[in-house]
Amino acid sequence: MNLSDRVERVPPSGIRKFFELAEEMDDVISLGVGEPDFSAPWAAREAAIQSLERGRTSYTANRGMRELREAISDHVAARYDLDYDPDDEILVTTGVSEGVDVAMRALVDPGDTVAVPQPSYISYAPGVIFADGDPLPVPTREADDFKLTYERLEASGAADAEVLITCYPNNPTGAVMTESELEPVAEFAREHDLTVISDEIYADLSYGFDHTSIATLPGMRERTVVFNGFSKAYAMTGLRLGYAMAPPEAIAGMNRIHQYSMLSAPTTAQHAALEALRSCDDEVEEMVATYNRRRNLVLSRFEEMGIDCFEAKGAFYVFPEVPGADAERFAEDLLHEQGVAVVPGDVFGEGGEGHLRVSYATGTQDLKEAMDRIEAFL
Amino acid sequence: MTDKRELLDLLLENARYSTEDLSRMTDLSEEEVVSTIETLEDEGIIRGYQAVVDWHRVKEEHIRAEVELNVTLDRDTGYDDIAERLARFPEVTTLQLVSGDYDFHLEVEGDSLQEVSNFISEKVARAPEITQTVTHYVMETYKDRGIEFEDGHDDDRLSISP
Repeated sequence: MNLSDRVERVPPSGIRKFFELAEEMDDVISLGVGEPDFSAPWAAREAAIQSLERGRTSYTANRGMRELREAISDHVAARYDLDYDPDDEILVTTGVSEGVDVAMRALVDPGDTVAVPQPSYISYAPGVIFADGDPLPVPTREADDFKLTYERLEASGAADAEVLITCYPNNPTGAVMTESELEPVAEFAREHDLTVISDEIYADLSYGFDHTSIATLPGMRERTVVFNGFSKAYAMTGLRLGYAMAPPEAIAGMNRIHQYSMLSAPTTAQHAALEALRSCDDEVEEMVATYNRRRNLVLSRFEEMGIDCFEAKGAFYVFPEVPGADAERFAEDLLHEQGVAVVPGDVFGEGGEGHLRVSYATGTQDLKEAMDRIEAFL
Repeated sequence: MTDKRELLDLLLENARYSTEDLSRMTDLSEEEVVSTIETLEDEGIIRGYQAVVDWHRVKEEHIRAEVELNVTLDRDTGYDDIAERLARFPEVTTLQLVSGDYDFHLEVEGDSLQEVSNFISEKVARAPEITQTVTHYVMETYKDRGIEFEDGHDDDRLSISP
């Protein structure tokens, strides 16, 4: 059977290889996971169960339950100073992944260029290709703390792009951007008339300061699609629930695709999400405090081992430099010799070479043991 | 969160975290960790450190009972006086004055059912102020002091994920 060119253009994920290697082995402590080790707060799980018990198993509105959109609108207003109308500026999606896919297809014409900072989440560039666009890598460097800068955007040719993707706090580096650091990026987007897709799924996992959404900067609301969701902060990865926030015409365009492909996000997950927003702040706060302690532990252990590790301030990853620079080799040897799984930075694109993504979404005891094993390996 | 509270949370999670690790996880230096814990101990906030034991896995008999106690007070005897006497028994591992249908909640531990029964009937029930005892033997422990006793917590996440 012939596959479409766009599918042929996308190589298999570099993560896959490590997944298969790690799956073959016993006694592996995995620091390769991009999801919380907590379960969703009990109240949210109970709401999901109750929704099933009451037989709420029908479709919801394409854009998501009105009640949930209202709760999202209130939540982002209180927390991120974002102001979106639940009627026509919010779309509930099947995870941010579906949302980003829909946004690409709604915003990108064949041949359009989409600036994709790297290292970044592995799905962005393939998402651009599936929308028949051309991904333009914008490498970020450790010297800039893996932040996007006006100069990097300019040097990589992003001025000619139609869309720019941003993801802060960042997977895989854990980098974050403050308001003053985002301003030049916003300036670049305004100057060159770029639409920004801002994936802020890790917004709640910011340590030591409040997250700023790029959409709150002057002139940015009208050109930005903001994404957030429940997977990370509420430990609900498997429930697949995210949301997009943008001006009405963008949401209407995205919804046109969403209503024909996904119809609506899972109803059970929407009920869980509504309850999560209503009553689970304390659990989120507790999880964030725990991540922060583990982050401190991992950063300090790498420092003691003499491994240069960028001080991640968000998400649940650190991105240490690899002694000897060949990250893939290092990760493979570490897995075989010590049974610790990490992901080589290369799989997240240019700028990730010579680094490892180390997730600290793992119990503290296991994390300590894994750090001991890494130390023994060195 | 205060430094004291943060250290308390961590020690409740695992009292055997090393000073080094406690310092790594918080913004405190090792010296500050040591001195804060000393202060917590001196102030009587931390009263001790104990292991949480799953007795089912120990190949010796171990019996735990929860006992509800009702008492009568008179002009010379208050709750504190009764508590003082009961607390002296090494068999009593927990003693609390509670609200509700009874006055004191006791946890009693021993090496055999008979030992615990004898202790309750001969030492506790015979005290003149005690009017009633209701004893519940613990049949299975699923969670103790915040620690779940389930068999191995399987991490069912994929070993590598995006």
